[in-house]
Amino acid sequence: MNKLKVGIVVFPGSNCDRDVAWALKGCLDIECCFIWHDSSDLSGLNAIVLPGGFSYGDYLRCGAIARFSKLINSLKDFVKTGRKVIGICNGFQILTESGFLDGALITNKNLNFICNDVQLEIISSKGNWFDQRSKHKIINLPVAHGEGRYYCDEETFKKLLDNDLIAIKYLNNPNGSSWDIAGILNEKGNVFGLMPHPERACDKAIGGSDGQYILKALLND
Amino acid sequence: MKEFRVKVSIRLRPSVLDPAGEAIKSAAGKLGVNNVNSLRIGKLIDINLEAVEKADAIEKVELLCDRLFANKVIEDYEYSFENLDE
Repeated sequence: MNKLKVGIVVFPGSNCDRDVAWALKGCLDIECCFIWHDSSDLSGLNAIVLPGGFSYGDYLRCGAIARFSKLINSLKDFVKTGRKVIGICNGFQILTESGFLDGALITNKNLNFICNDVQLEIISSKGNWFDQRSKHKIINLPVAHGEGRYYCDEETFKKLLDNDLIAIKYLNNPNGSSWDIAGILNEKGNVFGLMPHPERACDKAIGGSDGQYILKALLND
Repeated sequence: MKEFRVKVSIRLRPSVLDPAGEAIKSAAGKLGVNNVNSLRIGKLIDINLEAVEKADAIEKVELLCDRLFANKVIEDYEYSFENLDE
């Protein structure tokens, strides 16, 4: 039987792609490969990671230009099959700009680039992205962003709330995000966008291991 | 084909906080210019494009604004036209 495989998308300006590969392959023994943004061939992949970075130099708005890549175009069909997609940091920005997820990400309220560990509360169990057996509903992950303030209007917030689409919230909101939101899901639960970096928390020796479950969950049903 | 010059301005929606605008407003006060009641930063995009008629040009600009230039979750846009052949 072929081993399940995760595709890591590389845009011009992505810079967390190799971190994700290190976490998947090195820490979790999950098969993975890089996919250039100009490819539309997602066959043989069981899940996709849109990594962090500065795709297309963050020109116009973060994630705005990546949306027009061949890969994002073919991601629509991939998502329909129910396979999982995670967008981390810039990947989250791309998912909102492309319409896979609601809302938008804008400049942090205090204008600082925030590079820090944050405490997050797990809100939704949709998509099984988090360990349901664990009693700990608080996890620690690092954030590193200048434009990570999640914004949505009240109507969207109500939709997120009513459909259980808020995946994680900040305990101490660092960037001014609406309703402390740090990560959200699509209605099916198979698309997850978050500003914190689970791939930087996959080894206790450096940064903790709370990110492991999230990356492993890419291959859960 | 006619040539059109279009100026597109993109602004954050009034409901969205603009911290960079607030920082500049505070600098205006330090410069000695007081009573600046509000200051918000936007983007200006200059385009030169060819189209059969103005209606055709408007259609193109609308598509650009709607799908690329502005994210309507957080931004509003408006544009003005100048027909260079007139």
